[in-house]
Amino acid sequence: MTTDLQCTIIDENCEYSLRELCNLCKIHAQFVQDLIDEGILSPHGQNPQEWKFAAIEIKRIQVSIRLQTDLRINLPGTALALDLLEEIEQLRRSKLRLEQLYALERKS
Amino acid sequence: MEFKDYYTTLGIDRNATQEEVKRAYRKLARKYHPDINKEDSAEQRFKEIGEAYEVLQDVEKRAAYNKFGKDWKAGQDFKPPPDWDSGFEFNGGGYTETDASQFSDFFESLFGAQGRGGQQDPFAGQQTRYSGKGQDLHAKIIIRLEDSYHGSKQSFTLQRPGVDDSGHVVTRPHTLQVTIPKGITDGQQIRLSGQGAPGMGGGTSGDLFLEVAFAKHSYFVPDARNIMLTLPISPWEAALGASVPVPTLGGTVDLKIPPNSQTGKKLRLKGRGLCSAKLSGDQYITLAIMVPKPANDKDKELYNSMKETMSFNPRSHLGV
Repeated sequence: MTTDLQCTIIDENCEYSLRELCNLCKIHAQFVQDLIDEGILSPHGQNPQEWKFAAIEIKRIQVSIRLQTDLRINLPGTALALDLLEEIEQLRRSKLRLEQLYALERKS
Repeated sequence: MEFKDYYTTLGIDRNATQEEVKRAYRKLARKYHPDINKEDSAEQRFKEIGEAYEVLQDVEKRAAYNKFGKDWKAGQDFKPPPDWDSGFEFNGGGYTETDASQFSDFFESLFGAQGRGGQQDPFAGQQTRYSGKGQDLHAKIIIRLEDSYHGSKQSFTLQRPGVDDSGHVVTRPHTLQVTIPKGITDGQQIRLSGQGAPGMGGGTSGDLFLEVAFAKHSYFVPDARNIMLTLPISPWEAALGASVPVPTLGGTVDLKIPPNSQTGKKLRLKGRGLCSAKLSGDQYITLAIMVPKPANDKDKELYNSMKETMSFNPRSHLGV
């Protein structure tokens, strides 16, 4: 079966209210509060009614849920894992670029 | 159907204790979790580990599985003998929260589709089941940088859980034609509403989240919306300045190299990165000066005359 679909892109242009975020990720507001308290999410805005969440936070929520479920990591551990994963990602990119430079040197 | 050696999958001995099974599983699950391991094969490996653990962590199932003895090798053609499970009772307990809907046919032939715990993707995580709405599904799609730069349309085939006439959860291949929007970046998601798992009891279907990853490019390295490129230049282009051709995702452009450039100097081509309708990215060029090898005496002479006429100490900052 082939379906032609129109889709929504979750990019850095998107911003979500607490309600939208809960609907999209199918989570309770309390879980969002827990993630904020742990420093995993950092919405803009003073109070819950004004909170705006960036697209990147959706991914952080999804990864948090998966790490908790699949690897039984608690919230502080999840926060640490997310930070380390982001750092690894940056290091991977730097490594790729350095590898390119060394590849050039070997060719010359 | 291929025989699956669950002990090899977990890297343990057939005599391993239940504690050892658990330890091996946890260690491998951490290593191959698709959110942690970026290898393309990680997701598949994670599912296999989950399936092996599902059987070996349960004493009853493990005993039944052990009946096959050592004669079977992974990959051999396999058909379970009739009544192979007589004398064993699977009471349905002890299933982990891992997703069983995507376990192999091998698993199903032994423990039956009813043995499958849920209809959830292992990569999908736990979700609050407050209504009959179907589960959200998550999948990773790998595209080329060019597909993002220009935008494209692509077909992807995903294993999607569904419910057959008798109410059993089955997986069926499902092909989706997806519009890849211009300027999508690594890690961003495309949400297809209603394309997740079907709902129960008339509930609406869940959503499908496709997470984009880029296939490795031979010379471009993406960094969010920006494209990084290491550009080799000659010493005279670096010293005197020059206009040199540079590849970009949109084709070759000319780049002005300022005089007195050094290796590591960064230049920017504005708007030559991954641009969406509203956001734009740039291409960053890092210069790398390549020193030509003298091919003949004339070349050597040139180097010698540079040595004699130019006073240059590249190590002066080292105090030598």
